[in-house]
Amino acid sequence: MDESPFQIDTRGEFAFPENHRFDAGYGLTEATIDYICDAKGEPDWVRAFRKDALRRFREMPMPTHWAPQGINDLDFDKIRYYLAHGTAPYKSWEDVPDDVKRTFERLGVPEQERAFLAGVDAQYDSETAYNNMREELSKQGVIFVNSTEGLRDYEHIFRPWFGKVIPVNDNKFSALNHAAFSGGSFIYVPKGVKLSQPLQAYFRINSESMGQFERTLIIADEGAELMYMEGCTAPKYDSATLHSGVVELVALKGAKIQYVTVQNWATNVYNLVIQRGLAMEDAEIRWIDCNIGSGLTMKYPAVVLQGRRARGEVVSISLAHSGQLQDTGARMIHAAPDTTSNIVAKSISIGEGRASYRGEVNVLKGMKGCKNNTECDALLINPSSRTDTYPAISVNGNASAVQHEASVSQVDEEMLFYMQQRGLTRAQAMSLAVNGFINDLVKEFPMEYSVELRRLIDLEMEDSIG
Amino acid sequence: MSLIIKDLYARVKDGAQILNGVSLEIPKGQVHAVMGPNGSGKSTLSKVLCGHPDYEVISGTAELDGQDLFSMSVDERSRAGLFLAFQYPVEVPGVSNANFMRAALQARLPKGEELDAVSFYKTMRSTMSKLGMDTKFTARAVNEGFSGGEKKRNDVLQMMMLEPTYAILDETDSGLDVDALRIVSDGVNAMRAPFRSFMIITHYKRLLDYIRPDVVHVLYKGKIVRTAGYELVEQIEQNGFDFLKTEE
Repeated sequence: MDESPFQIDTRGEFAFPENHRFDAGYGLTEATIDYICDAKGEPDWVRAFRKDALRRFREMPMPTHWAPQGINDLDFDKIRYYLAHGTAPYKSWEDVPDDVKRTFERLGVPEQERAFLAGVDAQYDSETAYNNMREELSKQGVIFVNSTEGLRDYEHIFRPWFGKVIPVNDNKFSALNHAAFSGGSFIYVPKGVKLSQPLQAYFRINSESMGQFERTLIIADEGAELMYMEGCTAPKYDSATLHSGVVELVALKGAKIQYVTVQNWATNVYNLVIQRGLAMEDAEIRWIDCNIGSGLTMKYPAVVLQGRRARGEVVSISLAHSGQLQDTGARMIHAAPDTTSNIVAKSISIGEGRASYRGEVNVLKGMKGCKNNTECDALLINPSSRTDTYPAISVNGNASAVQHEASVSQVDEEMLFYMQQRGLTRAQAMSLAVNGFINDLVKEFPMEYSVELRRLIDLEMEDSIG
Repeated sequence: MSLIIKDLYARVKDGAQILNGVSLEIPKGQVHAVMGPNGSGKSTLSKVLCGHPDYEVISGTAELDGQDLFSMSVDERSRAGLFLAFQYPVEVPGVSNANFMRAALQARLPKGEELDAVSFYKTMRSTMSKLGMDTKFTARAVNEGFSGGEKKRNDVLQMMMLEPTYAILDETDSGLDVDALRIVSDGVNAMRAPFRSFMIITHYKRLLDYIRPDVVHVLYKGKIVRTAGYELVEQIEQNGFDFLKTEE
């Protein structure tokens, strides 16, 4: 093993030496792409595809109107585009700093999960669990692999849809992801197969699971149903400061996909993710999204309602502290008649934290009978907290109903007094009030996430007031 | 052991002075009624005792079993045994009655000790049935969408669950129909004990017929102007507060 421990710049959050078997170094060039392709053993068409994307990435400007200022601080040359540690364990639980362990304990994260979250390798138990699950799934014809395997072993299934929902030239970050992608999940659920258990990214542990340029493609064939979960409420530390994933969903006729994300990166991370789903006739796509971490998040899950009676939904919670900008929202493109969409977004700004909602609802020309409902509510905890709302609604069809409601509120002093009079400390009262504010959305998350979310909010309130 | 208020002067923060030297002592085991015309400072007195942030104490003291009330935070006063049934109970959206009560009871336990969920729900359900409340209220958000009477009843439920040693009921009878008034009064009477006392703020004899006070005070222009037994209630019921004006 070569010994090259280095310290990560995480603003003192924590740092420990890592050993990567593969490291493409800083900056993104053709050589970087060759390095990635060689390391992953990719077919020639993928290599050509990546290089084409790199050219486009260089030519495209940074996004302007659909983007907050902070994004211009990004220096693409100071980023490492491919890190993988192969199969050899490179860290043990003992190496994880005590404060991180304590945070996990306070959150009540199960022992096994803690190790994974801290980046500790060689999780034999979860490997086994994953393999068992994979076997169970393959009996039903479900494919659940990483992006490398997906394009290599199931080209005929994934290639036709790869980059179709989010094309390479969609925007600069989409081009970047097309050039540098690694990690992420490729899933195919066959016709009529309804999965009762959610598929979890957690189980798909391998050397690339922490990929900064994650690439996920989920295809639900006609009448198929699935739920996919990624992320965790526990803080996730990573040496990579730019995370720019692309997630494409395809729900064919009558299919249902629910995609759940809980994001809690360290605040040195830029989290710029493109998520878009294509819903065909009678299909349904729901994005359930929670953003807690990262210094700058830009994320606007979208559904293109491509088939008649298709339904789209975005349920979004974001929490912004001092030093954080959560720029989140949703996009709904009504490209077929009788399509419906629903957006419910709630944000909480603490201290100097800033949360923004950006939304686009677009009913295309000639579409009839489309419905959209948008609700966004912001809660400000301190006088210095900030929230902004940028909705864009465009209706070009006839006989469609679009509705937008927004509210901004502060935690009511009278309510806090009432709760404190019953014996709760101010911090407890505040966290109960905040939990109450997002309660109807938290219910949309799977059980284990919702329990963790509530606990996390308790901790946030204790720290900000207590 | 008692609640002792001495020469209490208080005002709305940056505003009008409301309490002008209130002195009052409520020994353990007793029920005291506080009556008085509108605007005499009854609600202000209850809020000042509980530490409402809109008010400030100018001078005077309040002791709860020998502890200086005014040096304690709102929640410390609550955990020390002081309870206020609000004139207008507040809605807490998204927080269920059960979760709210659990949190309030949990806050009273020593660190590291967990409230037993099973016995909690048992107690909550049986207390609710005593008050004639539907058990589905456990899952409903605190006071959200409740009628005026349901809110009052819910506050009394909280009182019965938290078992305070000093309870202030601020016009709990307003908004209650005859049946509800009787049920709520039964609840309060069942809690009367040698180790517990009540301050009941009301305009009406009706409530005091159900909950017989040991002592009756009249608060007027921020001062206690009369203290007597139950006969004072009857006198006020018949003649109103006119006697106050003639005394001026």
